[in-house]
Amino acid sequence: MGLKPVLTKDFGTEGLRQLDAYERTGGYAGYKKALSEIKPDDLVELVKKSGLRGRGGAGFPTGNKWSFLPKGMYPRYLVCNADESEPGCFKDRYLIEESPHQVLEGILIAAFAIGCNTAFIYIRGEYLPQYEALESAIEEATAAGYIGKNVLKSGFDVDVILHRGAGAYICGEETALLTSLEGYRGEPRLKPPFPAVKGLYGKPTVVNNVETVANLPHIVLNGADWFASMGTPTGKGTRVWCMSGHVNRPGNYELENGTPIRELIMEHGGGVWKNRRLKAFQPGGASMMVLLPEHLDVGLDFDAIQKAGSLAGAGAMVVMDETTCMVDAARRYVKFFHHESCGKCTPCREGTFWMSNLFDRFEFGEARPGDVDLLLDMGYNIDGRSFCPLGDASTWFPRSVIKYFRDEFEQHIAEKGCPFRKETEAAVAVA
Amino acid sequence: MPLRPDTVAKIQDYARRYPSAQSAILPALWAVQYEQGYVTDEALAEVATHLKLPPSLIEATSSFYSMFLTRPEGRHEVMICVNAPCMLRGADAIVAYAEQRLGIRDGQTTSDGAITLRSTIECLGACGGAPMMQVDHRFEENLTPDRINAIFDHLRTAPAFHEQPPAEKKPARRTPTVSGEITRSGPSGARARTRKASK
Repeated sequence: MGLKPVLTKDFGTEGLRQLDAYERTGGYAGYKKALSEIKPDDLVELVKKSGLRGRGGAGFPTGNKWSFLPKGMYPRYLVCNADESEPGCFKDRYLIEESPHQVLEGILIAAFAIGCNTAFIYIRGEYLPQYEALESAIEEATAAGYIGKNVLKSGFDVDVILHRGAGAYICGEETALLTSLEGYRGEPRLKPPFPAVKGLYGKPTVVNNVETVANLPHIVLNGADWFASMGTPTGKGTRVWCMSGHVNRPGNYELENGTPIRELIMEHGGGVWKNRRLKAFQPGGASMMVLLPEHLDVGLDFDAIQKAGSLAGAGAMVVMDETTCMVDAARRYVKFFHHESCGKCTPCREGTFWMSNLFDRFEFGEARPGDVDLLLDMGYNIDGRSFCPLGDASTWFPRSVIKYFRDEFEQHIAEKGCPFRKETEAAVAVA
Repeated sequence: MPLRPDTVAKIQDYARRYPSAQSAILPALWAVQYEQGYVTDEALAEVATHLKLPPSLIEATSSFYSMFLTRPEGRHEVMICVNAPCMLRGADAIVAYAEQRLGIRDGQTTSDGAITLRSTIECLGACGGAPMMQVDHRFEENLTPDRINAIFDHLRTAPAFHEQPPAEKKPARRTPTVSGEITRSGPSGARARTRKASK
């Protein structure tokens, strides 16, 4: 348990963004080994055996996802999801920024395993420097013969297309991402059929997160048993946790799965800033439920966090100290979901709008008695009734805040405004 | 204003690169914005002819995405994130300071046309360096009033992104650093270990 750099092991090496430095740290050895020694089907088995679970949020076993592709149906596509937009989350940016070749190598290995000849990287529009880093990595890898026809005389043809989004959180949802990649408005599609059967251009498609594919070179090189020896029985390996908010040292920390949250916040993060007390924290990013100091000993692991009443999601840890207005924090998240709702389904489009209005009422002192229950009622009517998880997730944080901090909402009503805001501070209207 | 021949060539290239020409809409719109600074209806129609797609489809797609500008704005775009992780580290005060320093409100452009200021609820992916802003899509993190002053002073005279000669379009850092400040982009933590020499 504790810090365990696997993906981030060589980060900080001079010039790691360039191919030669990356190769000196053992880069592309996994790809070469896969091409020359391992059959694609065995590669799928290897990843299954390693127990690698998707790092994008849902935690679905990667090897299983690959094996859902219908036999004999070609072409197949691989899409690497780099549309990281979850508030609190910045690990994909870090992984790409520091070592774009590691991500690319992972993509190439995954493409080989599933028999895909055209792989895509969908990166969010705001990540321009990261787009450029990947762009030059692809150029270098193509020049070195890792991408192209008959790669390293293995008979494997592969092409990688880098696609830049243009500012839509919803495109991180895999079906919306595929719709967007096809050139439509980025609205989600009904599942089933799942992308594995009918994905990009109606063809079998695998969508994998940046951190997921970045694990692959290491699994190929060191074996499934090595990977499975790290972490917990149901959460193998490590995860990169993005820590932000009221800690002394925010940043990315790669920890072995199962490491207690206390160690991440108190030890690596240097504890809560300004010698204040911890009020709450949120694992998983904007969507996920808030947890309290009593949950500090929960392990950083999909299942353990779920048992504690939240979700590990995309691996963000937002820390809040005792001066935080939980109502305002929830208001920002709800505003975010309202802003990012694609408008396809009514519960999400209208629900996030009304929730956001109601939160403004609390913050600006216009809330009336009974509004907390109204908010809960809205939440129940959005959650489980939305077309995709965006709508559902917009209600999880506010409802968990009401569960633990209902008195703060009542205080906003009684005092006609935010009790945490200093008199000199004007409330900022968030568009 | 018709598109430049090199932009048109780029767009046609994108159309060939993807399995479907429709997938080239977003890259084509980026190419347009890169050349002209924003995307006009005229440009949308031109993209449609180059991609051999109905103009309505191009417009339907482009209107979904928030990063395509539809009218001319300041030469530089300053976006300050005010989502919860940034709010926790004082983003509201940063917005207020920027407004006061520039003498404009959120969403407006300075009278010399240099800077458009925008606070955004959309997380920009730099929560570890909060409070942060993106200047022409480049990250500026761990903001302080001094740092903001330095950034704004630089932007007042710097040419717009799409007006710079191509060689200058990939600068390592676009703004000068202020001594004694943390200006390194990106998070600390795992990266804070000493830099290793290349093996």
